[in-house]
Amino acid sequence: MLPSFSPADDPGPDFGALVRRVGLAAPPVDVSADPNAITHGTTCIAVRYADGVVMAGDRRATSGNWISHRTIEKVFPADRYSGVAIAGAAGPAVEMVRLFQLQLEHYEKVEGSHLSLEGKANQLSQMIRNHLPAAMSGMAVVPIFAGYDLKRGVGRLFQYDITGGRYEESDYAATGSGSMHAATVTKLGFRPGLTRDEAVDLAIHALWQAADEDSATGGPDLIRKIFPVIATITAQGFQRLGDEELEERSRALISEIEERRGVTS
Amino acid sequence: MSMPFYVAPEQMMKDRADYARKGIARGRSLVAVAFADGILLCAENPSRMLRKISEIYDRIGFAGVGKYNEFDQLRIAGVRHADLKGFSFSREDVDARSLANQYAQMLGQVFTHEMKPMEVEILVAEVGKDLDGDQLFHIQYDGTLVDEQGFTVLGGDAEAIRGRLSQAFEVGASLDGAVAAAVNALAGQDRRLGNADLEVAVLDRGVDHRAFRRIVDDELEALLPSEPATKPEPEPEPASTDVESAPESAADPS
Repeated sequence: MLPSFSPADDPGPDFGALVRRVGLAAPPVDVSADPNAITHGTTCIAVRYADGVVMAGDRRATSGNWISHRTIEKVFPADRYSGVAIAGAAGPAVEMVRLFQLQLEHYEKVEGSHLSLEGKANQLSQMIRNHLPAAMSGMAVVPIFAGYDLKRGVGRLFQYDITGGRYEESDYAATGSGSMHAATVTKLGFRPGLTRDEAVDLAIHALWQAADEDSATGGPDLIRKIFPVIATITAQGFQRLGDEELEERSRALISEIEERRGVTS
Repeated sequence: MSMPFYVAPEQMMKDRADYARKGIARGRSLVAVAFADGILLCAENPSRMLRKISEIYDRIGFAGVGKYNEFDQLRIAGVRHADLKGFSFSREDVDARSLANQYAQMLGQVFTHEMKPMEVEILVAEVGKDLDGDQLFHIQYDGTLVDEQGFTVLGGDAEAIRGRLSQAFEVGASLDGAVAAAVNALAGQDRRLGNADLEVAVLDRGVDHRAFRRIVDDELEALLPSEPATKPEPEPEPASTDVESAPESAADPS
């Protein structure tokens, strides 16, 4: 049957409300989860640069001290002009991203217009807030949201905490277990008005250093050809970088490090 | 005590159908044309804000003529159906045929059971990987579902427009050709439809994710068939078009 509602009962453009209305929402969590049994995704960062924002995430997922996946993706387009990167319990995080993407798309189709970037950031905030009971049982999801604000003509990025607190950052943001190291590298390399190439290299370096210090963060894998997921969000929209470019840049970083350490081949 | 008059079922259905047809005939028409790179949806619509054509899902578009609030309600129900289906299964599982069937059920139900039939005709279009994969489902006010090939016409003046379009239609035309055929068919001999009178969108065959795209402003202007050579500049339209763009008609693009 086509879903139809009386005007007083209509969920409007809210996909989350529609999902609850038709009974497809996941049941609330009321057990404490064993953290070692849950797959976790780790480090993601976002850096502002001249044309917008670069988002990057490593590819490793862990369950306790096991590597459970080597090629998980943590950076997703939210819609054409925004992206979301996730860290935390992988299952609920990916589900949250899926719902968030649909929420934005559904709004756009029902209303015939885009949400503002601020509106999108607030939507995500509410979703994290609703997830709080699960977060308290060990399934926290902490995303970064970044987008190109078409009205203001700038890239913007938002950091969150597990309660749904939303904090706009002017320079960079990091989340996940390796975030301390990634954020420090980014902080040292950051200056306003970075070029695209500089911002991408900074992101790769930040993830490299995070992987060097944090066992739950994966570095570039040159044997299996696994590289971080990196995307730029600009006036042209969300664009994911190709693996050839990432391989080239990762190799350049490695030779730079080798050179610094005096390794000769 | 009042006794209801006996009305023969045939008469009752005929009255309802006449009522619905009259409502639909008051509005302006709409055409859909399959062309080489997708499906063109083209409506005569003086309103910029109240749309007759819109996106349902990745490869599915919707168009409606008749009473705006009624087809818009159907549009939203379709978006919800598609998004819920894609959410609980996969994006690949959302298809136009199933949606068209649902619409037909709903319109049929309303036609026979409700106080008044819906004064709408709707189109569900799905663009395929090639021309053979294109689907155009035309659903009428009483739930009649027609699977059309190549092109379809909805609205009051459908027969005349269909006649003109069937002459101009070419299988596998370019976008320019499809727009020219559609606009000339809608306009007829003695009218010219400009940028401001039209609502145009395509379902783009080459796009993987969301194929629906509106064609507006300069892009539309460039695609419109050029005027008969007598006039040097595009001029304000004759009085009849001005009346059509008046605010009261813009309030309801039926």
